[in-house]
Amino acid sequence: MKKSILFISCEEAHNICDKSQYGEATGWERVKLGIRLCWCKVTRAYTKKNNKLTDVINNSKIDCLDDSELKKIKQSFEKELSN
Amino acid sequence: MAKHKINPNDWIKLYSDYLFNYTITRVSDREIAQDLVSETFLAGLKSMSNFKGEATERTWLVAILKRKIIDHYRKTNSNKGKAEVRMSYSSDSETEGDWLEERVADPYDKTAEDTIENTELGLAIYDCLSKLPEKQAKVFKMKTLLNHETEAICNELNITASNLWVLIHRARTALASCMEENWFKK
Repeated sequence: MKKSILFISCEEAHNICDKSQYGEATGWERVKLGIRLCWCKVTRAYTKKNNKLTDVINNSKIDCLDDSELKKIKQSFEKELSN
Repeated sequence: MAKHKINPNDWIKLYSDYLFNYTITRVSDREIAQDLVSETFLAGLKSMSNFKGEATERTWLVAILKRKIIDHYRKTNSNKGKAEVRMSYSSDSETEGDWLEERVADPYDKTAEDTIENTELGLAIYDCLSKLPEKQAKVFKMKTLLNHETEAICNELNITASNLWVLIHRARTALASCMEENWFKK
């Protein structure tokens, strides 16, 4: 089946929506997503949910250990565990 | 009542980030937070025989961590008592009295309630994250929380970019549902 330039599938729309949460969707991809959002309820619901998750994560100021920090904790723990 | 089991071999993998997030919101210093998490694991290891299995491993470790945080502040405060406190106010007669307004609490500043809610929100996200398959959680953490580049994650985990986006999609869908159930509905 020939792939349309403007009209995209629901899966592709979700993929673009995910990428746009990280600022990695291209301008053209955002245009295609915008067109699909005009008529697809499922994509609209997914986008709303996805945006809400991004907002929640940003508002939470959640923090985590990076690999080197985790390694440091792991090393000192394993040293103690082996004693 | 079902008894919980203790398995220190999995502590680092399962609870490091949760405990770190819990600590960093209370001490606001990455190095101190890491030290406290590390000390908590070591203390847990030493007092494993005291674990009765009535609470989960994580709850038990959080209880140890709370004591570590209190100890940390006790030490800090006892050092503070020895320090000299200096405050300088303008003695200029034209601006006399302004200092009081300048130093009054900003109503738009972050309140204690906001901080507590953010901490609880962070812990709720970790709760949901812990329910994801390991690889999904790892990719999500690297991409969303550590802000790593897509290419760097793909190289490190030896996956393609499309694999990464599939994992991200699954993780986000599961997290959004979990947060809806455990955070927004409450």
